[in-house]
Amino acid sequence: MKISKVVEKMQPSGIRAFFDLVLGMKDVISLGVGEPDFVTPWQIREAGIYSLEQGFTSYTSNKGLYKLRLGIHRYLKNKFGLDYCPDEEILITVGVSEGLDLLMRAIINPGDKILVPQPSYVSYGPITELAGGIPVYIDTSKDGFKITPKLLRKYIDKKTKGIVLNYPTNPTGVSYRRKELEEINKILVSNKVLCISDEVYGDLTYDFNHVAFPTLPKAKNNTIYFNGFSKAYAMTGWRVGFACGPKEIIAAMTKIHQYTIMCVSITSQMAAAEALVSGKKQVEEMKREYKRRREFVISELNSLGLKCQRPQGAFYAFPSVKSTGLSSMEFSRQLLEEEKVAVVPGTAFGTNLDGYIRISYASSLDNLKEALSRIKKFLDKRK
Amino acid sequence: MDEILEILEKDGRASVEDIAKMIRKSPDTVKKTIKKYEKEGAILKYKAVINKDLIRDSESSEVRALIEVNIVPQKDLGFDKIAERIYSFPEVTSCYLISGTYDLLVVVEGKNLHTVSNFVAEKLSCLEHVRGTATHFLLKKYKEDGVILKHKQQNQRIAISY
Ligand SMILES: Cc1ncc(COP(=O)(O)O)c(C=O)c1O
Repeated sequence: MKISKVVEKMQPSGIRAFFDLVLGMKDVISLGVGEPDFVTPWQIREAGIYSLEQGFTSYTSNKGLYKLRLGIHRYLKNKFGLDYCPDEEILITVGVSEGLDLLMRAIINPGDKILVPQPSYVSYGPITELAGGIPVYIDTSKDGFKITPKLLRKYIDKKTKGIVLNYPTNPTGVSYRRKELEEINKILVSNKVLCISDEVYGDLTYDFNHVAFPTLPKAKNNTIYFNGFSKAYAMTGWRVGFACGPKEIIAAMTKIHQYTIMCVSITSQMAAAEALVSGKKQVEEMKREYKRRREFVISELNSLGLKCQRPQGAFYAFPSVKSTGLSSMEFSRQLLEEEKVAVVPGTAFGTNLDGYIRISYASSLDNLKEALSRIKKFLDKRK
Repeated sequence: MDEILEILEKDGRASVEDIAKMIRKSPDTVKKTIKKYEKEGAILKYKAVINKDLIRDSESSEVRALIEVNIVPQKDLGFDKIAERIYSFPEVTSCYLISGTYDLLVVVEGKNLHTVSNFVAEKLSCLEHVRGTATHFLLKKYKEDGVILKHKQQNQRIAISY
């Protein structure tokens, strides 16, 4: 049986073999994990259990439980002053992952281009290709891993349909201030380039208030805002996210969603609704904990000579290992084999990223300390 | 609450250097602040939380009782004074003034049932202002001071992911 051409030529993640190596090894301290080390707060889990006890085992409306959409409406209103109509402008999805895929399929015509600043989360390019679009990768490694107005102007052309912005960014932790976003937004609006804003780490911003892209002037009609429960509420396994945007686009996404997914698991939706009602304090607590770990990790990495920009959000650091003379992959492999510490090679997140690694600090301080002391040992051997 | 206290409350062994890194202050500042808290009595002491159920020598086995104590209100002698007479006994590990039917909640620890009931019968109940007591022996500890005593399964994350 022949596989479809698009799928066949999709990048078989060069990193797969390395991942398999990690998964096959025992007693590894992993700083390679892209999800919280916390368990979902109890009252949220309890709400899921209770909903099962009460017999909530059916489908929900395609858009998602009204109660949850209303909760999201209120969250966005209170936090950002954003007003999305729960009936027409909010869709509950299986994580941000599904939302992004729906959007690409809803807007792309063959040959449309989607800009993807790199380093970036890994799904944006492949879902663009699957939808018949062309991902155009933008190398931001010379600009502090940030997309700049200059880069934008260089890459936007007639076929550019949208750009995926993700901030705080996986894998660098980079985020943007309002002024920077305003400049980006101006260019997007005047060129009619849709902003596909993946703000799943928005609640994990440490040094300043996160700015939701649709709050920028004239941006709301030109933006699809994505967020979810995975990161801030430590709910990765529940698979709940949401997309907010202009009603025509949300309606188009809902069309696909109703045929392919139907609806998100009701148990998860019930738990997510509870998260919005009672989880705020715990999100703050987890955030404070991540923040402390961030300071610790950054300080240690820099003192080890692995130069590292200060991440402003998410739970990743993206240090350079160039001082060792090793490539990302060599560094990661040797570190794993010699010291049993797992990190993700920077090359997993785009081209031109050789010489970087991603370190996740979604791990207990004890783990981080042990891992960093092993990294020190690893580096000392090479001096 | 000061972040230093927040960190120490979770981990009394956190070192000055680590705390300094975590909150981006100099070790010197952190050290001084901690000294200040110790001096003021905001930080009272550092101790390990031990799960005695896992310690299998006879000496460390213990019985614990929660005792509700009713007090006859006395002129010129507030609750505080009577409480002091009670909590000064070394057998008393905690003592609280409470609302409701009883006035004080006293936690008493002893080697076995006898030592604890002797203490109640011979010391506590005989105190001048104590009108009555209700003793509840603890059968099993599930959670104490925010710590769950059962070994928890670790969050099963896959070791590497995007
Ligand atoms: C930037 C980014 N977007 C989206 C996702 C997917 O999140 P979800 O669990 O909501 O599908 C992740 C998960 O790692 C991510 O890092």
